[in-house]
Amino acid sequence: MTNTEHDVSGHAHHELSFIRKWIFSTDHKVIGIQYGLTALLFLLFGFGLMLLMRWQLAYPGDPVPLIGWLFSDEQMPGGVMLPEFYNQLGAMHGTIMVFLGVVPLAVGAFGNYIVPLQIGAPDMAFPKLNMASYWAYFLGGVVMLASFLVPAGAAKAGWTSYPPLADIETMGQTMWLFGMVFLITSSLLGAINFLTTIIQLRTEGMTYMRMPFFTWVQFVTAFLLLLAFPPLEAASVLQLFDRLVGTSFFLPSGLVVSGEVLDVSGGGSPLLWQHLFWFLAHPEVYVLILPAMGIVGEIIANNTRKPLWGYKLMIYSIIFLGFMSFIVWAHHMFITGMGTALSAFFQITTMIISVPSVVLLSGLFLSLWGSSLRFTTPMLFALAFLPMFGIGGLTGLPLGLAPTDIPLHDTMYIIGHFHYLVAPGTILALFGGIYYWFPKVTGRRMNDVLGKIHFWGTFIFMNGIFMPMFIQGLAGVSRRLYDGGATYEFASNVIHYNEFMSISAWLLAVAQLPFIFNFFWSIWKGKETNENPWEATTLEWTATPTPPIPHGNFATTPIVYRDPYEYSVPGEETDFLPQNQP
Amino acid sequence: MANQAAVRPEISWEGGTSPFQVSWQKLMMWFFLVSDALLFAGFLVAYGYVRLSSDSWPDQGEVFTMALIGVMTFVLITSSATMASAVGGARDGDLIRARKFVIMTAVGGVLFLGMQAFEWTTLISEGATLTQNPWGVKGFSAFFFVITGFHGIHVLIGIVILVITAVRLGRGQTTAAGVELTGLYWHFVDLIWVFIFTCFYLI
Repeated sequence: MTNTEHDVSGHAHHELSFIRKWIFSTDHKVIGIQYGLTALLFLLFGFGLMLLMRWQLAYPGDPVPLIGWLFSDEQMPGGVMLPEFYNQLGAMHGTIMVFLGVVPLAVGAFGNYIVPLQIGAPDMAFPKLNMASYWAYFLGGVVMLASFLVPAGAAKAGWTSYPPLADIETMGQTMWLFGMVFLITSSLLGAINFLTTIIQLRTEGMTYMRMPFFTWVQFVTAFLLLLAFPPLEAASVLQLFDRLVGTSFFLPSGLVVSGEVLDVSGGGSPLLWQHLFWFLAHPEVYVLILPAMGIVGEIIANNTRKPLWGYKLMIYSIIFLGFMSFIVWAHHMFITGMGTALSAFFQITTMIISVPSVVLLSGLFLSLWGSSLRFTTPMLFALAFLPMFGIGGLTGLPLGLAPTDIPLHDTMYIIGHFHYLVAPGTILALFGGIYYWFPKVTGRRMNDVLGKIHFWGTFIFMNGIFMPMFIQGLAGVSRRLYDGGATYEFASNVIHYNEFMSISAWLLAVAQLPFIFNFFWSIWKGKETNENPWEATTLEWTATPTPPIPHGNFATTPIVYRDPYEYSVPGEETDFLPQNQP
Repeated sequence: MANQAAVRPEISWEGGTSPFQVSWQKLMMWFFLVSDALLFAGFLVAYGYVRLSSDSWPDQGEVFTMALIGVMTFVLITSSATMASAVGGARDGDLIRARKFVIMTAVGGVLFLGMQAFEWTTLISEGATLTQNPWGVKGFSAFFFVITGFHGIHVLIGIVILVITAVRLGRGQTTAAGVELTGLYWHFVDLIWVFIFTCFYLI
């Protein structure tokens, strides 16, 4: 690997221009940072949309205070939210959080930055493709944001864009579809790159069973993206045809809307969209949760000072989970009247897929057994992830069985269920990841006290938002209601929870302030850290300086001699043995 | 980009025998083809879904000129054979032979597209559009134009790549591995046609 050495020494005396170094960079680390900052902004924006909705849910019809005047008359005349605008907020909150926030942060940012470092690679296999992936994502984001400005506003048909509604929606839906085509392309480019990198660029000694847990989950995630997204791309193209040239791939003949027969060519099937969509979107659920598990695995191994319990078993579980995620999609469609034979099949596969999920969660829990925990900030987030993921998973079981799913479908219970997986679940883990790898990226640590304040605020208020949703849902309150269910007489004793949930949401926003301050303050003023502040074993900490060398990562290519988590090995002087220590 | 190239030596794999014994470019091409195959699978599954849930479906023999389709398919399959010869030539180090066969492949692709354009114009003149179908179910012609159109775009991209490969071969800029990558893509496009042919014209 003399080439790398040459590069490092040669690099010092010709610096890249600012644009080449920070804007159109091909360095996986810079692209990772670009992904991370963009995704965090989108998360904040998507969260902001939700804060507006929560006002309308808590106080239906009251003018929005303080910021109501900022919006146009088509959105909030006199500060009172219109139903159309409420629907835009809902659809775009889901889209932005999933496709522009969590996935780019978990895969684009953490995956890009950490994976090549963890496997000892000088960069991703295809740096230019990597850059193209980021810019396709960025364009997709711009298109999505711009859709708020077109006549009649952004998409209103929900993040699932079910036809026939989505087919006959206003222009915002077309923008949504174009945005999705960009985002899908971005994910496919990224997935191809990740797979090639992890298969081909592992350094000497880095066998599959020595790969850190985080790299393993990224590997499986990349497979899910590669296989699940193309059918949605096909579906999006078909829906674009429906909207732009008047085909009827998803529109049945004789469609009646508001008492009028629509003039469509007809002959299509709205259910077809649901099948194509959920064929993507169920694996997508695992794209959301697996990287979070990977981050939690890294943090837990590091802070328990023990190897992960059942490392191999967990790897096999992830692979099995990835495989099974392709044959469970129709459990999102039990109320479409699919018949008992088909629903029996999907109920069985759904129950089977819960087994590897339980194995993973148990493995992480058992890793805690008998250890002396270090309660660092990232560890708090990782520990909180476990019960939150548990609640999210267990509340999913009734939804996987048709008889219990049918009454619960499209109620607030569903909202509570998947938010427990992605908000107190994935997002807590992502915060943990930011605190854990921040020193690697910047060379400085984030403030611990502010971090702990951020943790407790986030943890408590997230539960304050989502826990009452289960109760509301069980009482039969539907989701996506403009007035939050105020007109439901039978549910009048649970509707007032809306106010509690909304106040929790606004307090959750306040709880993010210490994080935002801490993040920027620590970039410049944080406590400087040594090479390996967490005393970790994996290559990103042990084989490269902090922050790593631009373009090339390693001064000399590391050689791997050990399993990823050799902590507290009996008879050794230190309680950790780096993977590259002979 | 000079230092970029230095960071990425020809073979970065240092972990012993390379996995699958292939270059990373080839591995990436395979992954790309898998995802592209799933894109077409999405289209064809959608087509099958709508077709199976329709009460009736037009009779292909009545709609299409089967002789033309036969020739089209034959030309495309033949171009796969010439592509294989091109790859063989490049492997033997005979770049002139490789170039000759790459050009023949591109000509095959152009012929195929020409015949497809002829077929489309005939169908359109008979009244078939994305929203109209003189032979019955409207979804039939919509799916036909979208799916064969998508395949046609793939063939067009393939022709562009073939021409670039031919020019680069002439200048000695393309290696045998490069011709092989082009070949992989071209064989894939042909394979997809076999599925489309089966779904639209045969069954």
